[in-house]
Amino acid sequence: MADETPSPSDARGSAQDAHPDASASSPDLGEPLVELHGVNKHFGDLHVLRDIDLTVRRGEVLVVIGPSGSGKSTLCRAINRLETIDAGEIRIDGQPLPEEGKALARLRADVGMVFQAFNLFAHKTILDNVTLGPVKVRREKSKDAKERALALLDRVGVKNQAEKMPAQLSGGQQQRVAIARALAMRPKVMLFDEPTSALDPEMINEVLDVMVALAREGMTMIVVTHEMGFARKAGNRVVFMSDGQIVEEAHPEEFFTAPRSERAKDFLSKILTH
Amino acid sequence: MGDYLSQIAELFSQYDIVGAFWVNIQLTFWAAILSLVLGTVLALMRISPIVSLQWAGAAYVNVLRNTPLTIIMTFMVLGIWTQLQISLAQDFATNFFRFAVVGLTIYHAAFVCEAIRSGVNTVPLGQAEAARAIGLPFLPAARLIILPQAFRGAIAPLGNTLIALLKNSTVAVAASVSTETATLMREMIENNSSVIFGIFFIFAIGFVILVIPIGLLTTSLSTRLAVRR
Ligand SMILES: Nc1ncnc2c1ncn2[C@@H]1O[C@H](COP(=O)(O)OP(=O)(O)OP(=O)(O)O)[C@@H](O)[C@H]1O
Ligand SMILES: [Mg+2]
Repeated sequence: MADETPSPSDARGSAQDAHPDASASSPDLGEPLVELHGVNKHFGDLHVLRDIDLTVRRGEVLVVIGPSGSGKSTLCRAINRLETIDAGEIRIDGQPLPEEGKALARLRADVGMVFQAFNLFAHKTILDNVTLGPVKVRREKSKDAKERALALLDRVGVKNQAEKMPAQLSGGQQQRVAIARALAMRPKVMLFDEPTSALDPEMINEVLDVMVALAREGMTMIVVTHEMGFARKAGNRVVFMSDGQIVEEAHPEEFFTAPRSERAKDFLSKILTH
Repeated sequence: MGDYLSQIAELFSQYDIVGAFWVNIQLTFWAAILSLVLGTVLALMRISPIVSLQWAGAAYVNVLRNTPLTIIMTFMVLGIWTQLQISLAQDFATNFFRFAVVGLTIYHAAFVCEAIRSGVNTVPLGQAEAARAIGLPFLPAARLIILPQAFRGAIAPLGNTLIALLKNSTVAVAASVSTETATLMREMIENNSSVIFGIFFIFAIGFVILVIPIGLLTTSLSTRLAVRR
């Protein structure tokens, strides 16, 4: 890409690279797709994002992990501008995030988002949830949108629920529909903010399986999750956040077995004990 | 006693009581539709991301909601029509009727706006965020996602506003609508002082008969159409 901006995290380190600043992305990944440079965000006096520099390459699966309140959700939400930032720059596919209006809406259509609370449109059927974006935002013909929506619902295993309302589905099913809804927009990148933490344990895997499959197909993903299994199976890189900072970046295997920073060690010891 | 009842019955043939109620129903009908439109626009302004629109919406609501309806109705006729010489129809009766509808509309739109806003509060924030996240700008997100759910959550307060509007339509007397119930009741009481309580009850019960179904309907609608989450 012509407007590729070099930054410390752009350095393509190998997975084994132990240098603290090097990204652990595997060498076959594409050009930068999501770039954050010097991003800062405050909520009143609270400094929730501190000088975040982060580059996610096309096809990369980035896992964001960190204690509650460390700014993971805020980071995710800043990337499609559900939160504004105070300083710094965020680029998607080389384009700086537009301030507002039509351009911002267009950009958001390219960035899929999956929420912890699913957030399916409660007054619309499952099928309408998936076709709404393609028809109203992408201006696709409703017949084509419906066909593709059914194929997507089939892919996430809830095609037989297409005519139901969201409240009639289990949490795991709703979350899979939410993934289908995001995919229907043909996004360049997908953001997942703790997609399984509102689910009963027996439903977590059905959602993770869909996400792993998506990662295997080459979708660029930024995933906030504490699911180590997912991070190990599908993640290219883990970033560990604490107090609004990226404290550590590493290959998942390396991060979980040999965390470098004290804060990461402390955090992992807490989530591993139960 | 029998004498009293026959006197009352006599009133029904002497005066067009049903016709007077019909005028109030018509006033209510038009003002309800128009205030629903204006109230929705105001609610959109108040939830919009544009601060000046939020401010204008809030200012409208707070001024109109706190102004007595009689003042608005009187101003319509004495201010807008008599002084500014703006008329809404050639014919006197139609003109006053329309002024009364306008007065009722601008007043009740403030309450409709607040009812819809309370409905918006029943819609979880995540719905709007999901709408924005798939790339819907504010107005389509409001039209497709927020308002349909907000209206369902606002049926009960909208019903209360409609009931208030129906009762307040009697204030049309202040806009010189001379055929509606309050005017007729005054005339009937002046001419039939022996049955004033009977006359009062005719009108009171008439409104009760109109109001109760609205209450029942909105209660059943608000449970039947409630968005399941
Ligand atoms: N809208 C808001 N207004 C004020 N403070 C907020 C807001 N949203 C988040 N915060 C605060 O910002 C900090 C970071 O929040 P964020 O939701 O990004 O954390 P998180 O890492 O996602 O945590 P969790 O694991 O609990 O989801 C927290 O202290 C939170 O209380
Ligand atoms: Mg969070």
